Amino acid sequence: MKKLMLGNEAIARGAYEAGVRVATAYPGTPSTEITEFAAQYDEIYAEWSPNEKVALEVAIGASFAGARAMVAMKHVGLNVAADPLFTVSYTGVNAGLVIVVADDPGMHSSQNEQDSRYYARAAQVPMLEPSDSQEALDFVKLAFDLSEEYDTPVLIRLTTRVAHSQSIVALGQRADVPLKEYRKLPEKNVMMPAMARKRHGEVERRMKALAQAANDLWINRIEMGDTSIGIIASGIAYQYAKEALPNASFLKLGMVNPLPRKLVESFARKVEKLYVIEELEPVLEEQIKSWGIAAIGKEIFPVQGELSANMIAERIAGKALDVRPAQDLPPRPPVMCPGCPHRGIYYVMQKLRLHATGDIGCYTLGALPPLKAIDTCVCMGASVGMAHGMEKARGRDFSSKLVAVIGDSTFIHSGITGLIDVVYNQGASTVVILDNSTTGMTGHQDHPGTGRTIKGDLVPPLNLINLIKAIGIRHVRVVDPFELEEVEKVLKEETQREEPSVVIAQRPCALLSKESKIPVSISEDACRLCGVCLRLGCPAIEKKPGGMYINQTLCNGCGLCVKVCKFGALRRAGE
Amino acid sequence: MGVGGQGTLLASRVLGRLFVDLGYDVKISEVHGMAQRGGSVVTHVRYGTKVFSPLVEPGTADILLAFEKMEALRWIHFLKPQGRAIINSQEIEPMSVIMGEYEYPKDLEDRIRRACAGAVFFDALAVAEELGNAKVANMVLIGVLARLLNTAPEAWEKAINAVVPPKTVEINLEAFHRGYNSELS
Repeated sequence: MKKLMLGNEAIARGAYEAGVRVATAYPGTPSTEITEFAAQYDEIYAEWSPNEKVALEVAIGASFAGARAMVAMKHVGLNVAADPLFTVSYTGVNAGLVIVVADDPGMHSSQNEQDSRYYARAAQVPMLEPSDSQEALDFVKLAFDLSEEYDTPVLIRLTTRVAHSQSIVALGQRADVPLKEYRKLPEKNVMMPAMARKRHGEVERRMKALAQAANDLWINRIEMGDTSIGIIASGIAYQYAKEALPNASFLKLGMVNPLPRKLVESFARKVEKLYVIEELEPVLEEQIKSWGIAAIGKEIFPVQGELSANMIAERIAGKALDVRPAQDLPPRPPVMCPGCPHRGIYYVMQKLRLHATGDIGCYTLGALPPLKAIDTCVCMGASVGMAHGMEKARGRDFSSKLVAVIGDSTFIHSGITGLIDVVYNQGASTVVILDNSTTGMTGHQDHPGTGRTIKGDLVPPLNLINLIKAIGIRHVRVVDPFELEEVEKVLKEETQREEPSVVIAQRPCALLSKESKIPVSISEDACRLCGVCLRLGCPAIEKKPGGMYINQTLCNGCGLCVKVCKFGALRRAGE
Repeated sequence: MGVGGQGTLLASRVLGRLFVDLGYDVKISEVHGMAQRGGSVVTHVRYGTKVFSPLVEPGTADILLAFEKMEALRWIHFLKPQGRAIINSQEIEPMSVIMGEYEYPKDLEDRIRRACAGAVFFDALAVAEELGNAKVANMVLIGVLARLLNTAPEAWEKAINAVVPPKTVEINLEAFHRGYNSELS
C-alpha cells in the first residue's frame, strides 16, 4: 500500500515495522509528530517523558531489557540527552536502540541551528540521514538492524524539510521481533572506570568495522551521470542538488557517520570537479578534505540557514533566475493568539516595569512589541537559574524588579532544578509559572501536570503547588492571569518578599479553551482613541483611520481588552 | 500561503491527496511550530512524474493560492511568468501595522496585478461566513482553484473527504461547491 506521509509519520511507521515496543520523547519542533504517530500503534508503548534526558534513559532501559526502543527529540533536546548518549555509546545495546534527532537549519522554530552530526562524531555513534519519507521509514528499520549487529545506539538525523515534508511511502508489515533475553552483564552495563576503559576499546573497534562496512552499505550509493560535476550530499541537500543538477554524478550518502572512505575516494577519481553540498557545518567536507581529496564546499555555500535548489544551480552552474521579491511590506512575525492567557501577565509586568528572564515556549513571543515583557531566552529551564544569577550579580534591589517566567511543561522539564538552587543558595527570586495546562508551542502535548498520557489515559496530575512547597518554597500563589488587579497586587507583593516565591498563573491555552467565543464589540462614541487596548498586542484589535476596530473573525471573546478600557467602549455581547 | 491559523496546511493536504489519487509523485512541505502562531506561513505542493525537492523555488510556481492579500504579494515572486494566482481578498493586519510602525498597503491589488495580470481576487471569507464557519474559507478557495483549472469536481470531493476531519466533511464539501460554482471576475 502506498500513502502520502509526513517524514515524522514515516519514522513512526518504520519503528512499527521494525518491531519497536517502546517509544519515548519530549515534544520539540520539528520532531514532535514522530511520537504522536508512534502512540497510535497499539503494539508500541509510547510516552511523553518530562525531558529528553529521561526519554533517552527510558529507551536505554527498554533496550537493555530486551525490547527495541526509539527516542525522538529536536536538536537542542539532544544537548539535554547528551549525558546518557555519550555513555550508552560505550555500553552498547541489547535490543536495538535508535535515537532520532531533528535539526532545524534556518531556525523555523528554534533558538539555534546547531548541527547534530557533530554529536555522532563526538559520541562515536553511527548516524543515518534520510532525504524523504520513504527513506525515513527504510532507514529506521536498517538502523535497528545495525544497532543490534554492531552493538551500538544509532542516531537518525532529520532536518525540518524532511521531518515536515510529505512524500509517498510504500508500507510493509510489522516484523515479529521477540524480546531478547535479559542478562546481568556488569562488564558491559556498569560503566565504572575499569569496565569503561575496556568498553572504550570496543567502541573504537566497532567504529572501524562500521567505517569499513559503510563502503558496501546500500544506502551509500553512486549515481553516475555527467562526470564533469560530482556531488557528494545527503539528506535534503541531496534532493535540492538533484533538482538543480539532475544530470550530474552523485555520491548519495545515507550514512553520515562514519564515512565510507574508499567509496568517496573511488567517486572522487571518477569525476572532474567534486562538490560537497551540506547544510550547516562542513562535517562531510572537512573529513573528505583531510584525506587529501580536492573538493569545493563552504567556499561557495553558506554555513548558515537552509540551502535551496536555486542556490545550488546558481553557485555551481551559474544559472540564476531573475526573481525580485516585493519590497517594503510590513513584516508578519508570529504573535501570541487572541485570547492567550499569557497576555494578561505580560500586560501587568510591562505596567510594573519588571525585568524578566524568559524561557522556551509560546510565551517567548512576549519579547516582541508591544508587550516586550521578557528580557532573555536561552534554553529550556534557563529562566529560573538566570534570575538567580542576576540577583547574585546585581543584588536584591535589582531582583526586586525581576521575575523569571516559565511555562508549566518547561518548568517540569528543567525549571524545577533551578528553583531548588534558588532555595538552597538563599535567593529571593520570584518565579511566574504560566500554567496553560499543555505544551503549547509544539501543538498541545500532554505532560505530567495535565493528568493525561500520550495514549490518552487519565492519570493523577502532578501537583505543582505541593511540588514547589516540598522543595522549601513557602509562598506559592495561584492567580488567574486575566484578573489584572489581582495579578498586579500579587506580583508587587511577591517581588518585594525577601525570600523565594512562586506565582502560578492558571488559565488554559486559548486554543483549547471551551469557553464561549462571542467576539467583543466596540462603541465608537465611547472610544477616546487612547490606544491602551493596543498595548495588549492582540492581533484582533486594529487601528483603522476611523477608529479602533475589533476583527470579528479573530477575536475569541476573552474580554481582556474590555478590562483595560477605561471608558467602557469595549463590550462583550450580552454584557 | 496565508497567516498561521487560516487553514493553509489542510488545503495543501487536499491538493496532495488529489495528485496522489491521480497517480503523480507528490511532495508537500509544511510549516509547524512557531510559525503557525499568526505568522506568515507558506506550504509548497509539487507534483510530477518524479519530484526531488519538496520546495517550490522562486520563479517556478504554476499556481499561487493565497489566503490573505498582503501575503499574496509577499510570495508572488514564487510564480513563474505565466503562473496563475487565486487570492482571498481578506486583509489581516500584522502586529507591525497594529502598532503603527507600518501601514497596511493600499495598492495591493495593483501591485499583485503588475506581477500577475490575470490574478483572481475572491472573497472566500464572506462565503464561509454565510455558511456559518469562517474556517472553511480554505475549501472555498480550493473550489475556486478546481474551477479555474477546468477540472471535474469528483476527484476533489474524494480528496476532501479523505483529508478533512470526518465531522466536518459536509460543510467542507459545501464550501468547496460554493467556490466551484462562483462567478469569477
